[in-house]
Amino acid sequence: MKFTLSWLKKHLDTTATVDEISDALTDLGLEVEGIENPFDKLKDFTLGYVTHAEKHPDADKLRVCKVDTDEGELQIICGAPNAREGITVVVAKPGVYVPGIDTTIGVGKIRGIESYGMMASEREMELSDEHDGIIELPSGNVGDRFVDWLAINDPAKVDTVIEIAITPNRPDALGVRGIARDLAARGLGKMKPDEVEIVEATFTTDLSVGIDADTLDGCPVFTGRLIKGVKNGPSPAWLQDLLRAIGLRPISFLVDVTNFFTYDQNRPLHVFDADKVAGNLRVHRAAGGETLMALDDKDYTLQAGQMVISDDTGAQSIGGIMGGRNTGCTEDTVNVFVESAYWDPVQIAYAGRALKIHSDARYRFERGVDPAFTPDGLEHAVRMIVDHAGGEASNLIVAGKVPDVSRAYKLDAKRVISLVGMDISESTQRQTLTALGFRLQGDMAHVPSWRPDVQGEADLVEEVARIASLTKLVGKPLPRMAGVARPVLTPLQLRQQAAKRTAAALGYNECVTYSFIDRDAAALFGGGDDATMLQNPISADMSHMRPSLLPGLLRAAARNQARGFADMGLFEVGHAFHGGEPGEQYVQVAGILIGRTGPKDVHGEARAVDIYDAKADAEAVLSAIGAPAKVQIMRGADAWWHPGRHGKICLGPKKVLGVFGELHPKVLREMDIKGPAVAFVLYPEDVPLPKKKLTARPALQTTDLQAVDRDFAFVVDADVEALTLVNAASGADKALITNVRVFDEFIDGSLGEGKKSLAITVRLQPTVATLKDADIEAVAAKIVEKVTKATGGVLRG
Amino acid sequence: MDDLKSKYLTLIDSVGDETGLEDLRVQALGKKGEISLQMRELGKMTPEERQTAGPALNALKDEINSALIAKKSALGDAALDARLRSEWLDVTLPARDRPAGSIHPISQVTEEVTAIFADMGFSVAEGPQIESDWYNFDALNIPGHHPARAEMDTFYTHRSDGDDRPPHVLRTHTSPVQIRTMEAQGAPLRIICPGRVYRADYDQTHTPMFNQIEGLAIDKDISMANLKWVLEEFAAAFFEVDKIEVRFRASHFPFTEPSAEIDFRCSWVDGQLKLGEGDDWLEAGGSGMVHPKVLEAAGVDSSVYQGFAFGLGIDRLAMLKYGIPDLRAFFDSDLRWLRHYGFQPRDVPTLHGGLSK
Repeated sequence: MKFTLSWLKKHLDTTATVDEISDALTDLGLEVEGIENPFDKLKDFTLGYVTHAEKHPDADKLRVCKVDTDEGELQIICGAPNAREGITVVVAKPGVYVPGIDTTIGVGKIRGIESYGMMASEREMELSDEHDGIIELPSGNVGDRFVDWLAINDPAKVDTVIEIAITPNRPDALGVRGIARDLAARGLGKMKPDEVEIVEATFTTDLSVGIDADTLDGCPVFTGRLIKGVKNGPSPAWLQDLLRAIGLRPISFLVDVTNFFTYDQNRPLHVFDADKVAGNLRVHRAAGGETLMALDDKDYTLQAGQMVISDDTGAQSIGGIMGGRNTGCTEDTVNVFVESAYWDPVQIAYAGRALKIHSDARYRFERGVDPAFTPDGLEHAVRMIVDHAGGEASNLIVAGKVPDVSRAYKLDAKRVISLVGMDISESTQRQTLTALGFRLQGDMAHVPSWRPDVQGEADLVEEVARIASLTKLVGKPLPRMAGVARPVLTPLQLRQQAAKRTAAALGYNECVTYSFIDRDAAALFGGGDDATMLQNPISADMSHMRPSLLPGLLRAAARNQARGFADMGLFEVGHAFHGGEPGEQYVQVAGILIGRTGPKDVHGEARAVDIYDAKADAEAVLSAIGAPAKVQIMRGADAWWHPGRHGKICLGPKKVLGVFGELHPKVLREMDIKGPAVAFVLYPEDVPLPKKKLTARPALQTTDLQAVDRDFAFVVDADVEALTLVNAASGADKALITNVRVFDEFIDGSLGEGKKSLAITVRLQPTVATLKDADIEAVAAKIVEKVTKATGGVLRG
Repeated sequence: MDDLKSKYLTLIDSVGDETGLEDLRVQALGKKGEISLQMRELGKMTPEERQTAGPALNALKDEINSALIAKKSALGDAALDARLRSEWLDVTLPARDRPAGSIHPISQVTEEVTAIFADMGFSVAEGPQIESDWYNFDALNIPGHHPARAEMDTFYTHRSDGDDRPPHVLRTHTSPVQIRTMEAQGAPLRIICPGRVYRADYDQTHTPMFNQIEGLAIDKDISMANLKWVLEEFAAAFFEVDKIEVRFRASHFPFTEPSAEIDFRCSWVDGQLKLGEGDDWLEAGGSGMVHPKVLEAAGVDSSVYQGFAFGLGIDRLAMLKYGIPDLRAFFDSDLRWLRHYGFQPRDVPTLHGGLSK
């Protein structure tokens, strides 16, 4: 919303400076977004007097002028047809920036003759579109600043323009008068009266307006007057200046009047060319399918239920949103029907959104204009039209009636103080509301008709606080809980933090990737269905909620590979989505390793990453988040894993804590990853919580009896899993065997086709007496027996 | 006897290796050694002779023994010295490689903010990122026709043909978590809600996903002045300065009343932001007193309880505090960026140890 200082002063009697007004507006919630002072851009232009002008010897259309300026006589070459001796002009000397041509004037030669400046047209100074010749001033002294001349002779041209942001709850501030009211309530001046001398009716029109019964809830009142014999044309200069100052293009007087009141009083109006209206006007709901060309020269097809104004031939105006081209006013209009109606905000919002029309009228009606001002707005416009364009006005036509929006809320002065935390006396509170147009009756505050946003006691609090100034609010300590602060994080929150810190400590870089990803990538990881699809994605790359964190990490890895990084560890902790309903999300911890364990190194230790790296890291993270150490490793995870090179980390067949392994080469190819990649995905929500939080550790059990390590090597079938062998060995004597560890895997033809050797070391820890050779032999035999039974393997000789 | 002594001491002194030394020991003190043989002679002596010769021989034996031991130790030291002299490594070779991981600024800053608010008694609440429009809008006093709905650039989820329910949304703010938490826990309540939020906007300064943190405090006598104090305390603690002046500017949010924009006093000098000093103001977020309709929607009696809510951008806080220029890079996972702007895994922010190193 833009307005000028002089426009504000039409409504507000104030001596406040622009800075004071600007600070107050921002503090009041009408945030100043910009202040434009035309004064600044024209301040270097000065007045000059042409003492001599003659034709340029080498150019017919150029004149060589001698111009008196504050810096003495200057020679200026000028191409304007009116450049001649004896006129007072506006001069831009060398070094002056000319905004209209975006150029800083220099000394130059034009067709061989030197020129020391420029005489300016209105367009060159962005005062108007006028460019037929240079400015000729009727008065003024050589050397005076042009802005000073303007301030006295044409102040509208150097009017300060203020632009403010309007929050959706303040339609009243979409009119200059509403802004003035806020400033007056703050004490920055007094409101001026807004009275209109109603133009007397000189005839009765035949034109009638009707509102269909089913449309009265959307358009409760429609008023209008016909004016005959107007002379349309360009608006008077003051109106053109005002509109231009706020960025509107003057069109013709009749149209400009409607724009003026839109901004002056937040009162959109419409003007029909009465000669183009066939018969009478009817406000009704569209049946659907009606078409009309609106004032923006675009064709619109109405949907059933949208409100429309029709004449006897059909739809002529989209109610409250935009008029029709067919019946619009032109320069030639002589008989004009002026409309002022009230349109329901909700219905306008839906219709405007459906039709995708962004007009000043829609913007205002959907936020809410003052219904009570509907007839007054009309009378203001009729008065202005008749005063400037002549004509005779008809009787007032009214269809429907102004809706009753009166309501009142209790002003609880104590509650206001309690909520705001500022000591504002009851009398000040009442004074504030009164200044804003509320009517106080006892402790009830009656809401003015231009404030649709005020819908309860809380809104009264806001008005009082805003006018009192929130900038002045002084902070007060929020009472603290007594004693030492207690921990606040939930187990899952702690697990996520622990997982992040652990993965980073293991050398992974944490990523935060988008929660949405392209359909193909999602489909590779079990997602990409319609349930997780966005209706309006920002691009095809971001169309589906991610079913897993892996595709996002792989995309990130591919980007890094393209940047020349071959080795990397990336991880992310965040939500994956298994459906489209609220809550169909769960936390994943995902990490990927690609390339080698490190760069080439002098110690020769770097090697390609493999699934045992991923397994180690998965186990470390699980341990950090409190998973039990004893788990099962099972196969059969989803299809994006390498079928033979992955394992599910389980507590029983149905309780999966995570998966580690190599990713399927086809998936990697689809994701543009070069080379193999290993990964882990963990589900921290599935790690069981400890039953009870015990800080005390179980007592440490130690013995002085010496432990004995014994090694065994078994030849087994190649597909026998080490864990089966380890479990069998461990079961040989649960009391004595404290640890079984695989320390070698050996595959060689000498062992026989399809065979391998697994070597384990078994630790025996006696608790009662030192082991004798016979004891050890007995356990060893039991181990061999158990392993053979479980795996079919034989002790290697 | 003195001859014997000087003979062996000289020999021991001049011997060059342990074998020679052992030979000398045998020669002097072995079973048939010169000194041992003389000891045997003692038996043949008179008691008087023995009285002088005995102790003298013993002393000689001890002296030679000591000399042997000392020489043996000296020879050992010399051998070790010689070996160590040959054992030389290039200590300028690189050490063994240990991969260095990092924590993303969003995680770090979330923990920082959590530490500060936990101290003020706020716990951390979370909720769904796909939300019903009721939780995201209606319960927050944003009805269907409200212009704020259109202005929020909301992402909607797909509805297949025949499914006439209104589409769900990707939450446009973390405020629905307030509603869910109030429904579940009632009042009084102090929570912060950090998390991902989504808006269909992508340009220099906007990404379609970003991170927000909301705060909510509900009790019987909480005021907007308390809100201002909380934000002042937070700002000073977070930016690690003595004090930051907070300015409230009246504004409008459907879910709070009164509403205020939060500004922090700051200065920009040569593109460098300094908080807490200067004549500029930095827009930090929105805040206000929770609208009674919002309390009622969440089942809290608005005639008894009142409180404040505020929202800040986590990514923005991270950018401001750590001088990170581009929001879009947060979600790009460029290793160079992750390593440069990331944090050491062991730098867990705490209030007693300091938020940042």
